[in-house]
Amino acid sequence: MIRLTRRYRFAASHRLHSAAFSEAENRALYGKCNNPFGHGHNYVLEVGVRAPVDPETGRAADVELLDRLVREQVIEAFDRRNLNTEVAAFTRLVATTENLGREIFRRLAGNWDSVFEGPWPVLEIVRIAETKRNIFEVRQ
Amino acid sequence: MLITRRVDFSASHVCASPAWSQERNRAVYGAEANPQGHGHNFILEVTLAGEPDPASGMVFDLKRLKEILHREVVEPFDHRFLNREVPPFDRVTPTLENMAVEIWRRLEPALDGRLHAVRLYEHEDLYVDYFGEGR
Repeated sequence: MIRLTRRYRFAASHRLHSAAFSEAENRALYGKCNNPFGHGHNYVLEVGVRAPVDPETGRAADVELLDRLVREQVIEAFDRRNLNTEVAAFTRLVATTENLGREIFRRLAGNWDSVFEGPWPVLEIVRIAETKRNIFEVRQ
Repeated sequence: MLITRRVDFSASHVCASPAWSQERNRAVYGAEANPQGHGHNFILEVTLAGEPDPASGMVFDLKRLKEILHREVVEPFDHRFLNREVPPFDRVTPTLENMAVEIWRRLEPALDGRLHAVRLYEHEDLYVDYFGEGR
């Protein structure tokens, strides 16, 4: 088995604010990330897929198909966007990078069959770096 | 405990099967199929697993690991055209996946059963991990 990992980038803004808390509690919990006007990041996304090496092609996955899926489901939806106001999931969920990682995993897994036919590759890892210092990983 | 050493090498390759037409190779491998070849700065990360030896405090002698990586991978691969100069890539297509498997095969016998993973980057946005046959 091979795990093939591809790295992508997108830039987006978000605001961390939970309807479950008061204004003061939100400020205390999220600090600068609660700024009402939002703020942005250059997110770095890694998508890892697992598959055996195809003996005929010597490849585990078609990178162009993975690129297409990520472009359609993630980059076009998130790049240069305000996550809180332009991505439906974050009208209900706080736009933390934990939730963003889960949303990306859900989008890729839910639309996997639109580009990949057959049992391989399988989606294994979504890893997203909000900054160089904060990295979040979602596994199957 | 896991320990990882990183080395790099630059090499050219063509991802194309000699048994297929140019059109089929283009369809499967895209620009990587250019018969003239093209190159990458490959980065190899080799991870060993084990417990530190109580006397030396080391999982593996990193000097020895450096020599093994150089002898088995860097020396034969660096500044080479893989398809023409580095067997088995005269008959096995040197995709990133096949290169990782071949590097595992070359390193595994020299590493006292400690080889855990081979990670090979074609560039910073694309890499593969291989954990050995059946894993």
